[in-house]
Amino acid sequence: MKKFTKLSAVSALSLVIGASAAFAENIKIAFIDPLSGPFASTGTNGLHQFEFAADYMVNQKGGVLGGTNFEIVAFDNKISPKESLIQLQVAIDQGIRYIAQGNSSGVANALTEAIEKHNKRNPDSRVLFLNYAAVDPALTNEKCNFWHFRFDANADIKMDALTDVMAKDESMKKVYIIGQDYSFGKAVAAAAVKNLGEKRPDVEIVGNELHPIGKVKDFTPYSRKIVASGADAIITGNWGADMLGLGKSAIENGFDGPIFTYYAAGSGITAAFGESGKGRIRLISQGGINPIATEEARATYEAFEAKYPEGNIDQSRIFNVIGMLSTAIEAAGTADDVVAVAKQLEGMEYDSQWGGKVFMRPQDHQIIQDMNVGVHTDENIDFDYDNSGFGVYTESTVTMASMDSPTTCDMKRP
Amino acid sequence: MELILVNVIDGLVTGLLLFMLSAGLTLIFSMMGVLNFAHASFYMLGAYFAYQISLALGFWMGLLVAPLIVGVIGAGVERYGLRRVHQYGHVPELIFTFGLALLIEEMVQFVWGKNTMPYSVPEVLNFTAFSIGANSIPAYKIFMIFTSVAIFIGLLFVLNKTRVGMIIQAALSYPRTVEALGHNVPLIFMGVFGVGTALAGVAGVIAGPVLGTFPGMAFVLGSIVFVTIVIGGLGSLWGALVASLMIGWITTFAKSYNVQMSDILNAVGISTPENLGNSVFRDLWTVTSPQIADILPYILMVLILIFRPAGLFGKRES
Repeated sequence: MKKFTKLSAVSALSLVIGASAAFAENIKIAFIDPLSGPFASTGTNGLHQFEFAADYMVNQKGGVLGGTNFEIVAFDNKISPKESLIQLQVAIDQGIRYIAQGNSSGVANALTEAIEKHNKRNPDSRVLFLNYAAVDPALTNEKCNFWHFRFDANADIKMDALTDVMAKDESMKKVYIIGQDYSFGKAVAAAAVKNLGEKRPDVEIVGNELHPIGKVKDFTPYSRKIVASGADAIITGNWGADMLGLGKSAIENGFDGPIFTYYAAGSGITAAFGESGKGRIRLISQGGINPIATEEARATYEAFEAKYPEGNIDQSRIFNVIGMLSTAIEAAGTADDVVAVAKQLEGMEYDSQWGGKVFMRPQDHQIIQDMNVGVHTDENIDFDYDNSGFGVYTESTVTMASMDSPTTCDMKRP
Repeated sequence: MELILVNVIDGLVTGLLLFMLSAGLTLIFSMMGVLNFAHASFYMLGAYFAYQISLALGFWMGLLVAPLIVGVIGAGVERYGLRRVHQYGHVPELIFTFGLALLIEEMVQFVWGKNTMPYSVPEVLNFTAFSIGANSIPAYKIFMIFTSVAIFIGLLFVLNKTRVGMIIQAALSYPRTVEALGHNVPLIFMGVFGVGTALAGVAGVIAGPVLGTFPGMAFVLGSIVFVTIVIGGLGSLWGALVASLMIGWITTFAKSYNVQMSDILNAVGISTPENLGNSVFRDLWTVTSPQIADILPYILMVLILIFRPAGLFGKRES
């Protein structure tokens, strides 16, 4: 009996080693984002898009470096910076070299600092930070480092492109800015004031206020103020229930201008706005879904819908992350030496299937890409969100938005 | 001037909605001494059930059927849950309802997911009733006002003019005497709990389309309902009504006007300190009324508890 136990233990051990050896051939990407709690739907949606992109764009096409597959390993950070650092350590201990994260700039700030320290102290197990959605401008300015790459436009770039489009409307005279009371809401408000002041000094900002995040039951009093101010347009960075509440209430209570937003699509919001938001809600994003940018993208979206009938590709930049990473690994000839991969990513120009070129600016690792301003509608929609018949139709595009925007980044390269 | 009138209407809508929630809670609390933490969860259940029913049978069937289902669930919770826990005292009861609130929220997320549901105002009511200046008043708000007023009058009638109501009122104050007279007090308790939760269900049905049907909707309203019944006085329907309307109007007006704290302080004769940037009171000076609108009801509650512990209309001295 004893002998048998020993034997089985040994064979189990060898199995484990064998299994991990087999897995080690995969290039692992740690996905650290909320998978439980109030923001779980956003995180889970992102994870599905990552898993699908890795499988569809890399693994099904034979992998990279002659047959190595990508593997997404999910870690739940409960949107807490503290929890994220623990998960980061776990991921590094598992030998993972690529960290993807996006929800909340607070988490991204914590991760980028921790990764910089780790890489300085442990040259043998350096990791890269693939930031796909955290848009705090600081991450590519004063807090930038060589290991952090941002694949989404930052809050300033988005506002720059959004106000470019807004400024063309000569009839717009008064603008109301409203947002959630935290760092991101404040950054959006500051960028809006600055950009509008430069592009349309004649436009009056008739309101600029913050409301508590996630606590407002009824936005009616706020919409009354907006209507009473005589605003022609609203700018808001709100997301989730706050976006839906504000938008619905403003429309119901008599506001008849456009509402310019960052995040008014997907996760049930598009379906809930439905007819009432048609032609009124505009949002800034990247990647052309309607009309679909390329036939390749159409095939991708159709394959995604076949796998996740309830899901949306509302973060097409995730596909750029996977595409650019695999190109960089291919060019570097290695996935283990992240410095070589990072050097390939720096300055890379990549033809995105979602339209246009994307360019990883080497001086601050901020991606530069075409920015679209789309409108919430049910006309000419190829791919709707939330199976609602409604989607976002691209009305105007700013090519290579903020290509020459200044940065305070002082990049230190290894 | 126009804005004042508009705010009066908006505050009325908010207040009446709050009343429908607090009416049930205040009856339950005064009768059974149970702080039902899950009350707002029944409100959420009402919205979700009505959404599901409206998909198949339309909004009006949802309005009719969803509160009934919620009421039956509420009665079941009392009969098979609370009544068993009751014998161990108030703390286990509190814990029971608290756990129930968490359980309902998780169940809702499990069944309907975490996204906001596209539950919307029915087509018949989806128009602007009238406009005051540029502010339009949606017909749905008028509908909400009429529904809640009708429920208030109905409740008042049942409680004061019918035999059932009189027994309930008697059981509120002297449960043992009522029992000795041969009435089935546990049945009354179950009935009151069922009706109270059904009222919360009605509130959910009519609030869901305007305030959004999402898993956090119970949490947002949860604590303010308790504040309402404490201000109004436990067990008093009139108290619940007055307190709800007060809270509705206070928060609406505070959010609609950007009153600066510095203006108020200057008005009462305190001048703004010169180097405000370094002052320890900087936050106090720069605060605006919309920022503190949501804590005003809590301040009011504290004041009421200090000066009139039984609440505005409360009778009990304890």
